[in-house]
Amino acid sequence: MRKPSRRDFLKIMGATGAALLAGRAGAEASEEHHVNNETIGMLYDATKCVGCKACMSACKRVNSDYGSLSYEQAKFDSDGLWDAPEDLSGSTRTLIKLFKESDKQWSYVKYSCMHCQKPSCVSVCPVSAMTRDKMTGTVDYNKDACIGCRYCQVACAFNIPKFQWEKAIPQIVKCDLCKNTNLLKKGITACAEVCPVGAIMFGKRKDLLEEANKRLSENPGKYLNHIYGEKEVGGTNHLYLSAMQFNKLGLPVLANEAPAEFSEKIQHTIYKGFIAPVALYGTLCFVALKNMKGHGTDDKHSEKEEKGESDHGA
Amino acid sequence: MGHDEYQKHDAKILTPTFIVLLTLTLIGFALIAVRFIKGIGAVTNMSDGYPWGIWITYDVATGTAIACGGYAMAILIYIRNHMHYHPMIRSAILTSMFGYGLAGFSVMVDVGRPWNSYNFFIPSKWQANSAMFEVALCVMAYTTVLLLEFLPAVLTTLEKTEWKTLQLLLDMLYSRMGMKRPERIGERLDKVKEVAAWLKPRLDKVLIFVIVLGITLPTMHQSSLGSLLLIASTKLHPLWHTGFLPLLFLINCMFIGYSIAILESVISCYAFKRPFETKELSGMARIIPWLTVIWLAVVIGDLAWRGQLGAALSFDFYSRFFLLEFCLVAGGSLLLFSGRKRESIRWLFASAVLIVLGGALYRFNVYLIGFNPGKGWHYFPSLAELMITVGIVAFEILGYQVLVKILPVLPKLHTRQQIDAGHAAEGKA
Repeated sequence: MRKPSRRDFLKIMGATGAALLAGRAGAEASEEHHVNNETIGMLYDATKCVGCKACMSACKRVNSDYGSLSYEQAKFDSDGLWDAPEDLSGSTRTLIKLFKESDKQWSYVKYSCMHCQKPSCVSVCPVSAMTRDKMTGTVDYNKDACIGCRYCQVACAFNIPKFQWEKAIPQIVKCDLCKNTNLLKKGITACAEVCPVGAIMFGKRKDLLEEANKRLSENPGKYLNHIYGEKEVGGTNHLYLSAMQFNKLGLPVLANEAPAEFSEKIQHTIYKGFIAPVALYGTLCFVALKNMKGHGTDDKHSEKEEKGESDHGA
Repeated sequence: MGHDEYQKHDAKILTPTFIVLLTLTLIGFALIAVRFIKGIGAVTNMSDGYPWGIWITYDVATGTAIACGGYAMAILIYIRNHMHYHPMIRSAILTSMFGYGLAGFSVMVDVGRPWNSYNFFIPSKWQANSAMFEVALCVMAYTTVLLLEFLPAVLTTLEKTEWKTLQLLLDMLYSRMGMKRPERIGERLDKVKEVAAWLKPRLDKVLIFVIVLGITLPTMHQSSLGSLLLIASTKLHPLWHTGFLPLLFLINCMFIGYSIAILESVISCYAFKRPFETKELSGMARIIPWLTVIWLAVVIGDLAWRGQLGAALSFDFYSRFFLLEFCLVAGGSLLLFSGRKRESIRWLFASAVLIVLGGALYRFNVYLIGFNPGKGWHYFPSLAELMITVGIVAFEILGYQVLVKILPVLPKLHTRQQIDAGHAAEGKA
């Protein structure tokens, strides 16, 4: 009875393949997810930024208690006078960097969480430690749920979530728009509050987009005609204006589809209503029970085994 | 199925190999202690760009595929109805049990906040969108299933045991303390035997449903191990990032499973000086090339569809690893198409090695080599990180070696085979 059982086996394989194919097709034909412009975010204008890093120190001052941040010592600073992070890290939620192509071509850039409309980190977190607030759109992290698997780091296209590698009790660190600190007390994020030149604007996404479009139309030639984050990965709440190519500033060129849409479509197709796994289990049970018949469940089997399977009906 | 198909391997437990493996295990576990005291950064080269290193790539993603021998054998025996392979399944299940158990253990070493893992059992924290959630639950469930599948071997032993070592030990202890041994202990030991005898036939009756669960669960989580990287569309090289990742991982674990079952049988027969199971192995080897052909066809078809064939043949860094993976799997399968080579233990061994290496390299390519988080990030495992992985693998082999000597795991040798083996041994001497 080899042939029928092999066919059964291939059927299962085929069914899995078909399910995956359907998943792929489904992903391409999906309706676009809705962008909520009432959510809050920030607009960073790289042409206004003077690189004073007031936002960085304000962020650490305000958020240090919440999330147990520490200061990073620079290599040259043996006395520990300066906090000099080289990149976003387990103790740095926002960072200013200077990109200098030539003496005339340069730009500052600010890094912090992009607060995506369809965040990959939220989609992949197995224990809902990463969440997106429906009202405000803020992507927040809960260290009491987090198991520290770092899948959010793998998933984030902007490499934003940072892990405290040097700690025995580590956590993920990322911007939460001062949700429990400055925003709660003063209604504005600390970085936007202290910026002396208005390079960081805080507000609702629709107002930020309106302002960005106004700046683009009022200053032709000053900016690249592109609002970074308007469409990228399904839209982000942290938006950028710049005179210099965004990918040079460390903001990757990204498709408009959210990576989470693609992966969730496939995952949902396979596990929709948990039907496929249950059906698979049922089918396999049926086949296995049928195969077990004629073999008996006792020890007589060992006498027959020499003869092979030719006499085993299925 | 009959429990008298299996036997203990009568040999000394304390061999030189045992000492070497034990040393490696102890080094590994000492380093794990350092990791828990000083943090993950103290022992590894992982970074915010490469948050998953060799532990996830080898111990979890590749290790569970290598532990798919039990899964592959179960499909072969119960679904494809080749019951004459049944005597081989117990050793396959034992290696799967170690593989999965230790993969779970590695995860606990790798995650930063393991004390929060109870959240996997709290429905309000469930996150069905996450492939990781699915993998975690399935792997936990499957490890339990493997334990149940292996339980008959333990029960059979408990049922018949005379507790000789334990009796001796107790006698010694009590005589040292100058006390008389209480009767209770003997009664309690008898009770354990009774429970084992009571449980065994009952477990046998429902075991088939557990076994089928043991086929369903790996089908789910092995494909989900591929789904894990679907989200990394901007980081995983297009040679490997495809919607077919789940399907490719599923077929991949099947052909690795059969190949590893062959390797395990050849190696343990060689190491324990038992006759080779050539007939069974060559029968099993016939399935592998069909699986690999499907897998290779999906790989090529998908690359062609996405217009990546040029990238595959460009001979750059990524293309070379892709071609190596491809050629290892294809080369191993070509050998197995020849009926004559399938009859030879040497060729069987060689082709199974090629296929396991190729299949494992595929998983490395997806999890590490093809993963590029952007400029400025580099990863190569540190010595301590590697030694932890080595320690865990050493522990796996150690456990297998010990358990086959105290529990009936290996297929029972037929009298004729035993005589043949005896003759062969005499011939060698």
